[in-house]
Amino acid sequence: MALTDLLAEAISFTFVQRALLVGTLIALCCAFLGSFLVLRKLSLIGDGLAHVSFATVALALLLEASPLLVSIPLVTVASLIILTLSERTGMHGDAAIGLVSSFSIAAGVLVASLAQGFNVDLMSFLFGSILVISHADVLISAALAAVILGAVVLFYNQLFAVTHDEDFARVLGLNTRLINYMTAMLTAMTIALGIRVVGTMLISSLIVFPTVTALQVAKGFKSTIAVAAVVSVTCVVLGVFASYVYNLPTGAVIVMLNAAAFVLFLGVRKLGGVGG
Amino acid sequence: MSAILSVKDLTLKYGRHEVLSGVSFVVEQGDYIGIAGPNGSGKTSLLKSLLGLLPPASGHIRFVDDKRHHSIGYLPQKAMQNDPLFPATVKEIVMTGLLASKPEPRFFTVEDSVRADAVLARLGAASLSDKKVGNLSGGQQQRVMLARAMVSSPALLILDEPTSALDPKIRDEFYALLRELNERDGVTIMLVSHDIGSIGKYTKKLMYLDRGLVFFGTYAEFCGSDAMTAYFGSVSQHLFCWRHGHGAN
Repeated sequence: MALTDLLAEAISFTFVQRALLVGTLIALCCAFLGSFLVLRKLSLIGDGLAHVSFATVALALLLEASPLLVSIPLVTVASLIILTLSERTGMHGDAAIGLVSSFSIAAGVLVASLAQGFNVDLMSFLFGSILVISHADVLISAALAAVILGAVVLFYNQLFAVTHDEDFARVLGLNTRLINYMTAMLTAMTIALGIRVVGTMLISSLIVFPTVTALQVAKGFKSTIAVAAVVSVTCVVLGVFASYVYNLPTGAVIVMLNAAAFVLFLGVRKLGGVGG
Repeated sequence: MSAILSVKDLTLKYGRHEVLSGVSFVVEQGDYIGIAGPNGSGKTSLLKSLLGLLPPASGHIRFVDDKRHHSIGYLPQKAMQNDPLFPATVKEIVMTGLLASKPEPRFFTVEDSVRADAVLARLGAASLSDKKVGNLSGGQQQRVMLARAMVSSPALLILDEPTSALDPKIRDEFYALLRELNERDGVTIMLVSHDIGSIGKYTKKLMYLDRGLVFFGTYAEFCGSDAMTAYFGSVSQHLFCWRHGHGAN
């Protein structure tokens, strides 16, 4: 069968359509938030929260509940715990992430062993699968994405000010603490959103890769977000198709495409002297 | 001259460690105050307190119009240690200086954009507006940070070691620009610096701190003060007073 026929066949399946829709929403959310997280050196909070989502997915499977519905509140709580630990106890942010992240992996492994193996393939949650997205997942994802994208647009100027110079933002009278908590909560929601398509192990790469790729060529902050969004959505759409055609784990394919895009843009910057 | 800021019996602490005690002074409209003192003398702590980042352990700080965030423009010490990859244009950064006076949801208007262009033009940096800030020279970046501090037309401009990373020629240009802003536009300025020579040359009043207020007043008062000669010794006193007799101001 020719490649075009395969793609036409792919798009005719409901599960591929769902994966494309949910994947695009995740890609947009990650690109919108990624710029703020990466530039504030908070890239790893995504990684830490992804580990938390491993535990929450295991818990959901044990309880036979929706992984998305269980993960959203629990991962959000974890993000608040990380911030509170570093604020109240004077612990460094990366240490707080380390604590919560390793605790969650341990909790996830214990839950998985209690369940003595799941009848659902845990691999599909670790590395993403396009086969398992339900109609309810699509609805929840769309609602979540609307909240995340809306919040970034609404608070854009304040998020930018805090990202560029937090002390100055405080002098301006901005509620930097509120902005920080909001950022962490939005990140948690994005992570939870991403576990289906990209998987818990790889979701944080969607936050880091497109932004770092965009940084190679973009001049301003808004253009960084725009470039990151285009790169991110392109990689997810191509990744979903490639995953279908070659029967490969979706998340891994998407990350590989992102890595290729990064190398390409890095090359463009080095050769063309764009952005600088 | 009308007072715009009064500080009374201000004591500042980090934990139990007292960094500044019993400081009182009044800043008047049109002042250009150089703040000097040894390392650890409380200069930066005083600025932080004026900016609302460090609450007083005792005493009080009063701004005449009672709206601190609207009335201070701030140029932080480390403003130039930005990540060269940070993706922001000059204008994006200058605009953030307007956020203090914006009601929620703090969206910018066309007038805000015009104000940012106007302040950049005023500081001779109009051509930089669309440039990526990480690609600018140190002197250009410092002008951008000054534009960010001034875009909201603050009553008081506070600068913390603004020239420490600039080479001497650019530094003199920067001081000349500040003097012009003070004399022509009537901007009130408080400036912390280790650069005693430049403070003495450009500012109108001296505030010398050493965990407390050692001196605050004009250079004529400082240089004619026997108490200060006794405190500093005549050689050090002369470092501040080198313009004495040039009839500056």
